[in-house]
Amino acid sequence: MTGLIEPKSIGAPLERLEGHAKVTGTAPYAAEHLAADTAHLHPVQATVARGRITGMDTTAAEALDGVLAVLTPGNAPRLAPGDDPELAVLASDEVAYRGQIIAAAVAETTEIARQAADLVRVSYAELPHDVELRADSAGLYAPEVVNPTYPTDTTEGDPDGALAAAAVTVDRTYTTPMEHNNPMEPHATVALWARDTLTLYESTQWPHGVRDTIARLFGLATDQVRVIAPYVGGGFGSKTIHANTVLAAMGARAVPGRPVSFALTRQQMFSLVGYRTPTIQRIRLGAGADGRLTAIAHDVVEQTARLKEFAEQTAVATRSMYAAPNRRTTHRLAALDVPAPTWMRAPGECPGMFALECAMDEMAIACGLDPIEFRVRNEPEIDPETGLPFSSRNLIRCLREGADRFGWRRRDPTPGVRREDGWLLGTGVAASTFPVFRLPGSAATVRRLAGGRYRVQIDAVDIGTGAWTSLAQIAADALDVPPDAVDLRIGDSALPPGSVAGGSSGTTSWGSAIVDAARTFREKFPDPEEGDEAGGATPDNPDLERFAMHAYGAQFAAVRVHADTGEVRVPRMLGVFAAGRIINPRTARSQFIGGMTMGLSMALHEDSVMDVRFGQVANHDFAGYHIASNADVRSIDAIWIEEEDPHVNPMGSKGIGEIGIVGAAAAVANAAYHATGVRVRDLPLTPEKFLR
Amino acid sequence: MIPFDYQRAEDTRSAVATVTARPGAAFLGAGTNLVDHLKLGVAAPDLLVDVSHLPFDMIEPLAGGGVRIGATVRNSDLAVDPVIRQRYPMVSAALLSGASGQLRNVATTAGNLMQRTRCPYFQDVTTPCNKRRPGSGCSALEGYHRDHAILGASRHCVAVHPSDLAVALTALGAVVQVEGVKGARSIPIIDLYRLPDDAPQHDTVLEHGELITAVDLPALPMATRSTYRKVRDRASYAFALVSVAAAVDVERGTVRDVRVALGGVAHKPWRARRAEEALRGAPATDDAFRAAAEAELAGARPLRDNAFKVPMARNTIVATLRELTRREEP
Repeated sequence: MTGLIEPKSIGAPLERLEGHAKVTGTAPYAAEHLAADTAHLHPVQATVARGRITGMDTTAAEALDGVLAVLTPGNAPRLAPGDDPELAVLASDEVAYRGQIIAAAVAETTEIARQAADLVRVSYAELPHDVELRADSAGLYAPEVVNPTYPTDTTEGDPDGALAAAAVTVDRTYTTPMEHNNPMEPHATVALWARDTLTLYESTQWPHGVRDTIARLFGLATDQVRVIAPYVGGGFGSKTIHANTVLAAMGARAVPGRPVSFALTRQQMFSLVGYRTPTIQRIRLGAGADGRLTAIAHDVVEQTARLKEFAEQTAVATRSMYAAPNRRTTHRLAALDVPAPTWMRAPGECPGMFALECAMDEMAIACGLDPIEFRVRNEPEIDPETGLPFSSRNLIRCLREGADRFGWRRRDPTPGVRREDGWLLGTGVAASTFPVFRLPGSAATVRRLAGGRYRVQIDAVDIGTGAWTSLAQIAADALDVPPDAVDLRIGDSALPPGSVAGGSSGTTSWGSAIVDAARTFREKFPDPEEGDEAGGATPDNPDLERFAMHAYGAQFAAVRVHADTGEVRVPRMLGVFAAGRIINPRTARSQFIGGMTMGLSMALHEDSVMDVRFGQVANHDFAGYHIASNADVRSIDAIWIEEEDPHVNPMGSKGIGEIGIVGAAAAVANAAYHATGVRVRDLPLTPEKFLR
Repeated sequence: MIPFDYQRAEDTRSAVATVTARPGAAFLGAGTNLVDHLKLGVAAPDLLVDVSHLPFDMIEPLAGGGVRIGATVRNSDLAVDPVIRQRYPMVSAALLSGASGQLRNVATTAGNLMQRTRCPYFQDVTTPCNKRRPGSGCSALEGYHRDHAILGASRHCVAVHPSDLAVALTALGAVVQVEGVKGARSIPIIDLYRLPDDAPQHDTVLEHGELITAVDLPALPMATRSTYRKVRDRASYAFALVSVAAAVDVERGTVRDVRVALGGVAHKPWRARRAEEALRGAPATDDAFRAAAEAELAGARPLRDNAFKVPMARNTIVATLRELTRREEP
């Protein structure tokens, strides 16, 4: 990697540049781009889990005053064939999952659109469906790769032999339930088809990706489609592109010249925009009497959709987390009659590290070791998976720093013995990790403006992460100017291309492109004048071949469990992270504690209950699908240690959007065991699991 | 959502007459539950008569020592009323354990009592539900029913009543004042709510067009030592898995009188009469509390996935009575 840029603005706790606009309600989100003549769309969703539509009567819907169009498989525009069956909207009479979009009404108001959608009469030839994931589901198969391109299975040495010979073994199965991405802003599109161009105000993590996909599906040139996303109220992986955006574009095509708004209801979030697969994870650990692991085996069963494969990389983190000469990981999928799972904050690492870090806690106890000491003993010197050195790995420093700050050293390991006002008290720890991803395809331009200012343009997008601010800081240091001399433009597909805001890769990918553009500019224009402009792109990083690159962290949780009722509360969490150079401490802290809060919510609450008879999530609203409320989130703090890593990118930064959720649920579950002596291996940790 | 007419009620008499005369009409309070139902298609009234501004927003003393709570008193106002907090703390605690600050600021007393079950199948028109569409079947019986009833249910419906306030009022023996076209009547709250039997579409005994105007609390001195304990998955903003409203009068270690009602366990707020009977005259000990709780729960018929509610209710009854009696005898 070429040298790190000199941090001046980087490292400063700048307030979010758009913060004032957001809290005063003046930052427009997608569905707020409304004009007086905006029409509204409401979908009709399949009420069977599998089958074929045999009849659709739209007469009553079309007769309703204020209805502009009713889209059906019979009259919808034919889309170009693509490789994503989820996006083949209204393309056939087949129903692949309950809740699938099978028609839509466009009307003058949301209420009329909804009423019209309700008036569409549908008959089906229903087929038997299977929506239930079981460890012995019929037809379990090994996918070719797991998300995105990892090997499905890995084996090194002889794990079975090592387990049989181990002095101490742990053999446990952990499960995580289906969980649904529910960003505060549900998915929304305002689409306008006018003069052969399509404009989408879109709540998305990837404006350029949406532009390219929509253009291809509708047979348009990419410059006929523009996707605008200045502000996005969270995504967590669910806002790449789903059928809702395609449908909104179809709605717009039906009423050329009028904007069409399609904002999902909260209920629709549970069938249209993906989710995290449930997982069944068997973990086997073998250790010698010295507490050193001899074998690690992690076998995962999870689901995908019959319609479209998504293979969560649940056991991948286990491949490089701890040293052991004999290791195996496997992934097996059940293809079910369900919507396709997708990314949800830290796909793979999040559910996988729940299982691994609970098993590590169980193994530490079985070896009679403190769980921190046990992890220290099994720290690898090089990446066990690739054999490469780590570009930087400071897990032990995180564990030790956290232990000091959390008061871990005074901890009595005996479970179930601390009681206060009817509550049983415990503490737990778990490790966090997340890879350093960089995505190709980003480019940026730098242009000198009047008054010594610079316009920096890239189709990055801020989905609540703080990208508006941190990219301005990176640009400022790369140009050696103060951040208020940077006029940043992001969130618009008319700008130079940006990669997806996913995989905690945004800052690395976009930031590297901005630095490249700034370096080119400064070389080209040593004495710049207004109007000078240069471009750059995310350069290749040869160090990727030479080092294993990951961020690490240690999470600590204090838990209380009510002795009479089993209620579980988390009064305190602390995360200590090692993630390279922190661009903006204020927004970074927000990312870390946001991830930890989502992990707390996963630990205690989140659970999409599949009704196997109907093939849908039974608790598909916020009264039924619990997410941690303010009262559940007491003291959560996140800190980080100084970490210099010249190999990852010119900023020296690692992605931080996802690592906060990784390990959080394990820390809580381990603490709940310490509080009660009851080991719960199936999330969420609801009261009945502790009732005695 | 289906279009409907809207009228702002001029007075009680005309509001009652209007709704009574029109089978598709409904009263609208703050709308925190009904408006959701309109969007979801659960309810499709053709006329809403808005009664939220009728002059029933007072909390007043009654002759005989009781207190009258007007039907449109907002939940937030009722929860912080000094008389309620001092004399009926379980009412205040129940209200503050429910919903969110924003909802409590608009939700009315009568609306709270008339809210409907949050059974997910009741709220999803694409699934069978006897309460929403009589005769279509109960989806919860063999489906997702972790939150559902363990007492008094039928094969037609296993839903629970969601109100916290109603549980406290049931423990206190409150009386609901009702206006109808045939005149006024008083209904003890314990008789207001129904068990589902074979007609779960009826939550209460109210006739179409009858309007709750007030709730009367009896003068019940022992209610000054009362509380409401709500067991729930989240620390706030969740319906009860189990809740207990209790008041107890203990003298020299013996229970003289006691009131216990349970929430989250039945189609109606569940007055624990068997427990109360077992406790009167019994020593104020954990053993006696436990025996009383078990007597009440002997009739529990849990479903596949909610058997935990039986020990949870037992433990919560014991813990609540223990807390109250310790408070009484320092």
